[in-house]
Amino acid sequence: MIICIIGFIDVQVQDILRERFCRQQLPDRLEGVEAQHKHLLELLKRTAVHGESNSVLIVGPRGAGKTMLLKCVLRDLLEEKEAQKNLLQVHLNGLLQTDDRIALKEITRQLHLENVVGDKVFGSFAENLAFLLEALKKGDRSSSRPVLFVLDEFDLFAHHKNQTLLYNLFDVSQSAQAPVAVVGITCRLDVLELLEKRVKSRFSHRQIHLLSNPTFPQYLERVRTQLSLPDRFPDQEFCQDWNDGTLCEDKSVQDVLQKHFNSSKDFRSLHMLLMLCLSRVSVSRPAIRPADLLEASRLCFTDSKANMLHGLSILELCLIIAMKHLNDVYEGEPFNLQMVHNEFKKFLQRKSNSMYNFEQPVIMKAFEHLQQLELIRPVDSTAAKTQREYQLMRLMLDHSQIMEALQKYPQCPTDVKQWAMSSTELKETFWM
Amino acid sequence: MKYSSRLRVRRVYRWCEEPLSFNRKLKTHEYRSLAISVEGLPRTTVIKTGQHILIEGDDEDNPYVAKVVKLFSDESGTQKKAVVQWFARVSEVPLSKLKLLGREPHPQEIFYYEGRSCDDEVNAESILRPVQVKHLDGAAPFPDSVDKDTLYVKLSWDSKTFRAVDSALVEQDRPPCPKPSLPPSPPCSPLAAAPGSRGPSRRALPTPDLAVLRRALSGEVRRGRATMSAGKAGAAEAESLHSATKLSASKCLSAKRRDASARTPGVRKKLELSGPDNKSMICDDVLSQLLDDELESEVTFAQRMSSSPPQATPLTHSLTPLRKAHRAPAAEGAFPLKPAAIVLSKSSLSEMSPPSAARDDSSRELLDKSPQRGDVTEAGLPNGSVKTPRRRNGTPRRNYLTSGQKATTPSRKKEPKTLKEPALGVLAEVDNENSPMLPVATTPRSSKRKSAQLVSSRIRKQLNLLENQQDLNSDGEDEDEFVPSKKELQSSSEDDEDEAALESDEEVVLKKGRHAASGPRTPRSKQKTRSSTRTPRKTPNKKITPGTPRTPHRATPSIPSRSLPARQPANVLEEARTRLHVSSVPESLPCREQEFQDIYSFVESKIVDGTGGCMYISGVPGTGKTATVHEVMRCLQHAADVDEIPPFHFIEINGMKMTDPHQAYVQILQKLTGQKATADHAAALLEKRFSNPAPRKETTVLLVDELDLLWTRKQNVMYNLFDWPTRRHARLVVLTIANTMDLPERIMINRVASRLGLTRMSFQPYSFKQLQQIIMSRLNKVKAFEEDALQLVSRKVAALSGDARRCLDICRRATEICEHSAAKPSATGLVGMSHVMEVLNEMFSSSYITAIKCASVQEQLFLRAVIAEFRRLGLEEATFQQVFVQHQALCRVEGLQPISVSEGLAVCQRLGACRLLLLEPSRLGVLQRVRLNVSQDDVLFALKAD
Repeated sequence: MIICIIGFIDVQVQDILRERFCRQQLPDRLEGVEAQHKHLLELLKRTAVHGESNSVLIVGPRGAGKTMLLKCVLRDLLEEKEAQKNLLQVHLNGLLQTDDRIALKEITRQLHLENVVGDKVFGSFAENLAFLLEALKKGDRSSSRPVLFVLDEFDLFAHHKNQTLLYNLFDVSQSAQAPVAVVGITCRLDVLELLEKRVKSRFSHRQIHLLSNPTFPQYLERVRTQLSLPDRFPDQEFCQDWNDGTLCEDKSVQDVLQKHFNSSKDFRSLHMLLMLCLSRVSVSRPAIRPADLLEASRLCFTDSKANMLHGLSILELCLIIAMKHLNDVYEGEPFNLQMVHNEFKKFLQRKSNSMYNFEQPVIMKAFEHLQQLELIRPVDSTAAKTQREYQLMRLMLDHSQIMEALQKYPQCPTDVKQWAMSSTELKETFWM
Repeated sequence: MKYSSRLRVRRVYRWCEEPLSFNRKLKTHEYRSLAISVEGLPRTTVIKTGQHILIEGDDEDNPYVAKVVKLFSDESGTQKKAVVQWFARVSEVPLSKLKLLGREPHPQEIFYYEGRSCDDEVNAESILRPVQVKHLDGAAPFPDSVDKDTLYVKLSWDSKTFRAVDSALVEQDRPPCPKPSLPPSPPCSPLAAAPGSRGPSRRALPTPDLAVLRRALSGEVRRGRATMSAGKAGAAEAESLHSATKLSASKCLSAKRRDASARTPGVRKKLELSGPDNKSMICDDVLSQLLDDELESEVTFAQRMSSSPPQATPLTHSLTPLRKAHRAPAAEGAFPLKPAAIVLSKSSLSEMSPPSAARDDSSRELLDKSPQRGDVTEAGLPNGSVKTPRRRNGTPRRNYLTSGQKATTPSRKKEPKTLKEPALGVLAEVDNENSPMLPVATTPRSSKRKSAQLVSSRIRKQLNLLENQQDLNSDGEDEDEFVPSKKELQSSSEDDEDEAALESDEEVVLKKGRHAASGPRTPRSKQKTRSSTRTPRKTPNKKITPGTPRTPHRATPSIPSRSLPARQPANVLEEARTRLHVSSVPESLPCREQEFQDIYSFVESKIVDGTGGCMYISGVPGTGKTATVHEVMRCLQHAADVDEIPPFHFIEINGMKMTDPHQAYVQILQKLTGQKATADHAAALLEKRFSNPAPRKETTVLLVDELDLLWTRKQNVMYNLFDWPTRRHARLVVLTIANTMDLPERIMINRVASRLGLTRMSFQPYSFKQLQQIIMSRLNKVKAFEEDALQLVSRKVAALSGDARRCLDICRRATEICEHSAAKPSATGLVGMSHVMEVLNEMFSSSYITAIKCASVQEQLFLRAVIAEFRRLGLEEATFQQVFVQHQALCRVEGLQPISVSEGLAVCQRLGACRLLLLEPSRLGVLQRVRLNVSQDDVLFALKAD
């Protein structure tokens, strides 16, 4: 029975926090971007209420909360009856609407203009453009419903041919037609340089920068709020315990968080970390412990390439080491299979006592496998004419990654390890 | 209303009789009717004054509609001219003005044209055929009759407004008592004005066609269907010449001189009875037709009887006596015109009897005052030019001419002028009905309307003799017209969809249509007659659904209107913000007076001269190029509205607002005529439109914005745009706008640049004083800015770009900031320097430094590592691997735990996404090369400030 209740509570906790970490639930209040929130809200409100056309760009690094800011603003805006009844919204994404033709169809569809039947938009590209422009032109400031265009990944729209869509949207926003608000979201700081001069002139040059610079204590506070359960949580006692948790006071936890903070300050990476912690919470362990956080952090920071090395056969690993040696000797010049094979043979002759020579085809097969894993890549992909043995390759790994992998490689022969280390030491002594 | 352009029929235009009158001053012979016949065949179509006709124009599917006011020729008789009252089709009314209508125009609606811009004198050889025109009451619905041959008039159009039109103006005037100048009988005594000397040499002449001739005979009845291709080139040339005379004074003078010399006094033959030869000829026709059409119902017979005037003569003969007894008292009381009419009727029974018969009715009508009579009437035998004054208002010279002519005819003439009561019109209409030729054909069609039915029944009672035939006729006619039309509707709608699928098919369909149109000329088989009714029906259909072929229904582009009205600005700052918005159109454009003047005079002179030309306007964005041109157009439009200059047509295309340069043709065509076509087809149509002369052509002013985007490899779009204005009949003024001053030299090949010409204008960026003036004029005494603040804004913008849009945007943003900070009581409420400074910082300061400052520790370290590696290499580029070594070292120096390669790559990618770094594609992994997108100094500055 008790387990049952605890199980229920656990599900609740998971629900609430996962929703928060997956960004499905908007925060009630934005932190650190109140000014931007106000600016954007005012701007959109003027469009919705006064019918004033506007254009604005929201610029900020990835994970800075640009979309969240816009969503919050829209949520607050739509609380107003006047705005809610009037505002039409069109959401476009540069990754989805890869050219103006698709974008136009999508706009027409979302506006439910009259050439839309069901979910299909009829007419050619030119007709659609003419139709949309005509529709917008017919409107005027006071009588038509304002339209909000949200262009996610705005910079990608700037790569469309002639920037026709942007020109027209901005042109509408600068002329006495149907009121529109064009909100572009981008992470590129140089986005204005992408705009063609006529398009640029029509853009209002309003940019909202989301460049927050929280200090570490603020960051800790943010972690705390992100992890806290809301007051409306059914089991008050549990909620109390959970929220009183002293996770953030732990030294090791603070170290881990500091490391994360140093790496990046954005929400998204933090949520990733916390999500990993949360998934370790279960009925038997109803709280996040420092160990969970450490483990999660370790997972976050693992090197993916080094992980891949663990799955290689010993021959492939030997080839990698041979390549590393070649890189050391030739200062990063590219190599081919023959060179690697020779290097490997040298090792076999001189130092090896656990390894034996392999047939050329076997070596070739291992080499191709490494290429498929993209641990090595050909210098120029066009050189397909040359025989595969002589095709020049580059190693895609850093030395540190190889060494790290070797340390962790299960049952790695010591002579191989030594071979790998030897040249490193040699090099280091050479440098000294 | 298609006429075949492929099946060119060689047509001969002759005067039906001796000239009526001779105008000494102008040296013109005036005639009452014109016979159009096809060479080699005996039958003719007779066009009389007062009849509605189709005149060929540049749109094959929609020839111009007009009413013949007068027919005359010059002294030698080689030049046949007609003075007409124009009607405007829906397609001829600018789309923008159609809105004034307040409803969807009926496809067959036409407007009584009261504009002054069109010359009303046309070459008679451009007349195609007669057509039915009916007047509808303003409120009356359009008859849903499927008969597409009939055009309806409700309103008049004077190129600015629509007004209700008097039915009398529209209806066929069969003046109750024709003036002596209007000989009643339409005998086809050919004046045979040497066909060779006329058009023929100038154009491809039609081949004689028996069918056509027959058609011509029955043409009077089925006017709407009769199709003839007239001498296009010749007629149009003459027409354009006339229209030109209107506009340029010099030409006008020369034309006058020419006219004067061309016309010599001649004999005016008053009333001529239908000559026996003529009669016999027509009888022959009838006979042959009867033989031909044994299968055809009596209807057609009756129609034919009625349609060919001389045929009717016997009937009317018998009618007349009866009638005369009736009508004398009432009609005479009602009209002073009557005596004359009687005289006339005596002299030419065939013609006069109907009017006399009508007199009765007309008097009754007067009492009834049912204006719907218009419906009943049809194009019948055209008589006098009763409406001269109204029609003529455009050309004083012409006016003079006609009135001079009329002076010779005693009482009759003046009455129509003075008496403009509906009564006259009604009377005329009723006349028409009673006249033997019409009622048969017309009544049945219009009989769907109650009043029309009433009238027709009344008439039938009176016309005992005709009654049976009429009934039969009406039934037959209805069937004949109605049934197939239904089918046709279906098929045509299907067709439409087919067309939709394949726009290119349109040509084929057109040809088919033409083919069908040629059918009606042989009235032998019923099928063909049907096909004749079919063709005209089809065309309007196409016209209605010209657009969005793949759209299942006709979609109207519009944004839904808002449920709550937009709020008005509440305080000074909001007011200022509204005024400062780029979109708000200022009362006047300051600072561009010189440019305005230049463009204005350029366009005005072209409009007044009726010539064409090109102008190239350049300037950086936001210097008011488009705004100035629009302002010029507003002023010119205003001038045209108050009749200072002839009206013109302004259309605008924008290179940025089309998906492909060739779409320019489509857009121009659509804005010009409302038609939709594929790019190639549109190009062909426009080519035709601008190279062929047309009787009524307003100057078109075409604004081509963002010209550089119309560049194609062959440059044919630009070539055409600049070539059209040079055509003689184009009357096209092209204003082009682009940003670069030397665009013609840079991107245009020689033949294009040469056609563009050297009329160029360059808009300089605004100076700070001008920008200040612009803001001031926009604010218009709304006190929202401090002087210094304004000056700061304008100086800053002038120094940067001189872009007025930027300037206005900054001001607008400043009012916002001011509003938000105005919560502090200390603030004056005006936008001050501090606010402007804030905006300038916001808009013009680079965000890179802030971004670096806000970056995480590792990101900052990475940037430092990049710079360190650059310094080490002496290059501005390094691979990630190289930078990462530096980064690891720096981490150790800073006492941080070194990060893994994956983590390092992630940091690098984040910086790359913000474009602080420029990266190669990330699939290159550690090998990707890294460059800085910011100067090293900026990075170091940002990092030091920490």
